[in-house]
Amino acid sequence: MAVTSINYFIFMQALLGSIASFWNSSIGKKFIVAITGLMLVVFLLGHLSGNLLIFAGRDAFNEYAYFLHHMLHGVGVWIARIGLLGALVLHVVATIQLTIQNKASRTDYKVQKSQRSTLSSTLMIWSGLTILSFIVYHILHFTVRAGNDYNSVEYAIMLHGHKAHDAYTMVMHGFSWMPAVIAYVIAMISLCSHLSHGVASIFQTLGLRNKKSAAAIDLGAKLYTLIIFVGFLSVPLSIYFGFVK
Amino acid sequence: MSTTLTLNLKVWRQANTQDKGKFETLKAEDIPVDASFLEMLDIVNEQLINDNREPIHFDHDCREGICGMCSLNINGIPHGKDSGITTCQLHMRKFNNNDTIWVEPFRSKAFPIIKDLAVDRTAFDRIIEAGGYIDVRTGSAQDANSLPIQKELADDAFASAACIGCGACVAACKNASAMLFVSAKVNHLNSLPQGQPEKNKRVLGMVRQMDSEGFGNCTNQFECEAACPKEISVDNIAKLNSSYTIAALGEAAGS
Ligand code: FES
Repeated sequence: MAVTSINYFIFMQALLGSIASFWNSSIGKKFIVAITGLMLVVFLLGHLSGNLLIFAGRDAFNEYAYFLHHMLHGVGVWIARIGLLGALVLHVVATIQLTIQNKASRTDYKVQKSQRSTLSSTLMIWSGLTILSFIVYHILHFTVRAGNDYNSVEYAIMLHGHKAHDAYTMVMHGFSWMPAVIAYVIAMISLCSHLSHGVASIFQTLGLRNKKSAAAIDLGAKLYTLIIFVGFLSVPLSIYFGFVK
Repeated sequence: MSTTLTLNLKVWRQANTQDKGKFETLKAEDIPVDASFLEMLDIVNEQLINDNREPIHFDHDCREGICGMCSLNINGIPHGKDSGITTCQLHMRKFNNNDTIWVEPFRSKAFPIIKDLAVDRTAFDRIIEAGGYIDVRTGSAQDANSLPIQKELADDAFASAACIGCGACVAACKNASAMLFVSAKVNHLNSLPQGQPEKNKRVLGMVRQMDSEGFGNCTNQFECEAACPKEISVDNIAKLNSSYTIAALGEAAGS
């Protein structure tokens, strides 16, 4: 009994040591940035397909919102939230640490010309931090529903015989206010700048890119970014300009 | 077109590692267009010595593009803007009369400046010591066909082995990352049968040494590939990323 617990202790210590050394290595930390980035990239597609249901009408959208909040008896949404929050925290902490290290490694030139870097690739930390502050705002806006009355009885409806939240009206109301629409537009520009370097980067960091696959990866990443940009912006803009009533 | 040039040089002068350093403006006169960039500096230095002034210190050795000793950031790009050449292979005919040329050392925290344009690149030597070799005694060169190696593998290994360790990748990188150098050295040996038995030990050792030397982290901008005089491919970096991860997982599972 005592021996097994000591063995277990030694095993845990070795495991934690390996995780720490992976996290503290340049490639290990970048690997974590890539994996968490990939999770968020996949999430965005799911999020977008849900959003587009707004064009299918009030009931379809509200039914979808109801489903999200009640899958696995309401546990599902929390599993997703905790998973995404974990990925986001790792992604942000790792990239901030990497950026600080990178700044410390470089001594500045008087004249330095870049031959390859895209503008987006030089702005990653800034586009990233913009997206981070947007995420906070977005969650307060539509998830926590702070500073508005989206949690009030006015938004409680009956849908196919069960109590539901009128997410459709909430979104319609949310995007009829210009400052909110502007905030979302700025956020989506930052997001797409971030994705235009980040998505292809995932493949390089995971070791899945080479000269032969590079063209396909770059094209796929651009296409993905375009879909995200147009898709996500279509909702606030169509609502604001009255294409969806 | 005249066969000699007059140039305005803005050269980084720094007395020693601790010195703050500053740019000095020097006129380079009567520079033959056929001179290399280093020969141009030789001419300037001769003038400086004749005037009893301190000559510009810079690194060089073979002057034929194979040793990796010459360096210099020329107008913002390591080894100058032409691709696939070292500074010793850059010729003055690429410049115009009365051009202003900014000459800076290869800058990076991991490459401390020794004096003027000469930097200490022994961090690279320490990375090689951490695994950039094979442990078996190879004896004299064996018959070329006694160890069959796939053509593609041999080509890949050869392309990686072309790295001369000059440090242009570090100098060009916004993060002063040494990933292109390390990945070329790792893949050169890891893709050949002679290097296979120690491949995990090698990648772990070399990457850890790289990290401890204070180089930055790769952000996949590929400036290194554009600056590399031997045009080493960033495919090496992708391979290094996966081999390091596999080796680290293997190590964790074994512990
Ligand atoms: S001096 Fe040897 S490569 Fe330039």
